[in-house]
Amino acid sequence: MGARILIPPSPKAGDVIDVRILIQHPMETGFRHELSGSVVPKNVLRELRLDFNGLVLLDAELGTGTAANPFIQFQTKLFESGWFNLRWVDDMGVQGSERVQCFLRTS
Amino acid sequence: MSATFAPRRVWAPWRSLVVVFLWMMHLSAYTLAQASTSSPGWLNPNERRSGLDFKSEDLQTQQNDDAINPAFLWVDQGAKMWSESATPQTPSCQSCHLHAPTSMKGVALKYPQWDGRTKQLINLEKQINDCRVKKQHLKPLSYESDELLALTSWIALASRGMKLEKNIAQNLVPAFERGQAFYEKRIGQNNLSCAHCHTANFGQRLGGEIISQGQPHAYPAYRLEWQKMGSLQRRLRACLSGVKAEILPFGSQELLELELYLNFRGQGLRLESPGVRR
Repeated sequence: MGARILIPPSPKAGDVIDVRILIQHPMETGFRHELSGSVVPKNVLRELRLDFNGLVLLDAELGTGTAANPFIQFQTKLFESGWFNLRWVDDMGVQGSERVQCFLRTS
Repeated sequence: MSATFAPRRVWAPWRSLVVVFLWMMHLSAYTLAQASTSSPGWLNPNERRSGLDFKSEDLQTQQNDDAINPAFLWVDQGAKMWSESATPQTPSCQSCHLHAPTSMKGVALKYPQWDGRTKQLINLEKQINDCRVKKQHLKPLSYESDELLALTSWIALASRGMKLEKNIAQNLVPAFERGQAFYEKRIGQNNLSCAHCHTANFGQRLGGEIISQGQPHAYPAYRLEWQKMGSLQRRLRACLSGVKAEILPFGSQELLELELYLNFRGQGLRLESPGVRR
């Protein structure tokens, strides 16, 4: 299960930038049944956290209403170069992480 | 006119015969295409449209922007699988085939093709599994597993933007003809052929959907209905289920032949995979 963190290539300090996150996850609602009749257990991303150099930018608990492979977008301002760190845990206890570096343009 | 032109006029009928002869030679090279054009499943080159044309603007944006195209989650996974060895003893894909974006350019367009060794038609999925078993000594990947979809979409990405140009070799003609016959045959309780919807009525509505031409060039694709990536054969099986026909197993001869025919029928379209479909 992978993820993508998408940021503009080299923003300027103080620019409002779009941060887009795409995570590969089935987001099972717990309402579906197998052909045999057994219920597919609920398995959604329980915790999702994105921080930038240790500063938490996004802390989310997703529910059964979110589609598979969630796409989350928000805006922020950066004042220094650094790393975006994304961590998540699902109902099965499976953890995942992804990080991406962002350099600010000086001029 | 002066008399100097007279000899040329004498030779004119002979010259036109040469032109006719060359024209017939040209035709005989394309007998297959000629035979297909009069069939009910056929679309003329100027009629062929991408499946994306029939989809909403939102969906088009989602496919055309690699950043938000969810299929790229599988592409990323495929890129990783390509370069990493499964075990320390096995070679990775990359150790033989090198850098996929250059070495695999155009490869996805060649399938389904004739495998001379096993004397049968194989598609890209089958080829990947053959390679895994024979060269890497690994277990074959099952159809529609995330791993196999990841590898096929990574290989298909190398050919993205290239035109579908399927040359049907002589030994593939029987398979091609069976594929064409399957496309045009009425099947299932609904008693419909593929051609009834995808050739005769594309662009019309079927419930809330707009019927596409059934072009294969975006697969493997991310389909919103499946909420994941899926192969062309999965899509074909969905249509078989839609007309309430017998759902053929993955990798079956009929589906392979249909894939072959669809690739020929969609010639001139550019490969879009990994696409996004509803």
